[in-house]
Amino acid sequence: MSGDAARAVAALALALSCAAHAQAGDAQRGAALYEARCGGCHALDVNRIGPMHRGVFGRRAGSVADYAYSEALRAARIVWDARTLEAWLADPQALIPGQRMGYALGSAEERADIIAWLRRASAR
Amino acid sequence: MTTQDLVLSAARRNFLGGTGKLALSAAALALLAGRENLALAAPAGGMQDIDILNVALGLEHEAINAYQLGAQSGLLQAPVLDVAVQFQGHHKAHRDALMATIEKLGGKPIAEKKLDDYARALKADTLKSQKDVLDLAARLELGATNAYLGVIPAFKDSALSKVAARLAADETMHWTVLSNALGRPLPPMALSFGA
Repeated sequence: MSGDAARAVAALALALSCAAHAQAGDAQRGAALYEARCGGCHALDVNRIGPMHRGVFGRRAGSVADYAYSEALRAARIVWDARTLEAWLADPQALIPGQRMGYALGSAEERADIIAWLRRASAR
Repeated sequence: MTTQDLVLSAARRNFLGGTGKLALSAAALALLAGRENLALAAPAGGMQDIDILNVALGLEHEAINAYQLGAQSGLLQAPVLDVAVQFQGHHKAHRDALMATIEKLGGKPIAEKKLDDYARALKADTLKSQKDVLDLAARLELGATNAYLGVIPAFKDSALSKVAARLAADETMHWTVLSNALGRPLPPMALSFGA
């Protein structure tokens, strides 16, 4: 198995493991939490320190135009959905080793709420 | 240039004059105090610590420019303007400390963008009142507080975790003052920062 394939399998396994613990989130709470927890670096409609988030659901990781991603994120074969976002927010370095986001959100409830908000915002 | 800028500039000049080669600001020296081995060592934590510090530096660049936009807007009245300039001075000290640390760890600090780029990203054209400026600043400071708290466990070197905690404390102080100026209540529950 190549290095890339092994990393893809490991990422999938991690995402599936996280999915088992995923819970339904509250998008309304998620909107406020997004501002508080993610708003230092991210916005919905513009690239800042991190890439924009509008439309993140269904988007391939590392694919927002005009954002300078790490090599690891550009090479990641991941599409963002509830499972992969849960794994990412819980431990981004475990999901995609070598990426640059050191931030992890420890609360599973807050992760679920923010993911519910991102799903709603992506649909607009 | 603010008084704080002048103090920092003077400290930097004095330090440069005394050492020749090292280019740490006074704030960076304070952050790295007692940890010269950290500053001079190879990046034992790999590139990850440097990457996290560079993300933090990007955040500080943005904060400095956000306060610049607020100060230039003509919307801030004394003494609010004075406080905003003081907070900008704190962020400049954070920037200097982060840049010096990144360089000492063998990394390359990310560059600051143009003020116009930050203005677009932060939608500065929508700022119409002092309250709007304070609200933007409060949102950025809260985000920065949580960002620093959220990266503390990720550093390979615990000294850098302590630095992140100290930076978070400054951002929390800024958020608290700004929230008070906006007439907003304190968080009803304990442990509202970080998660």
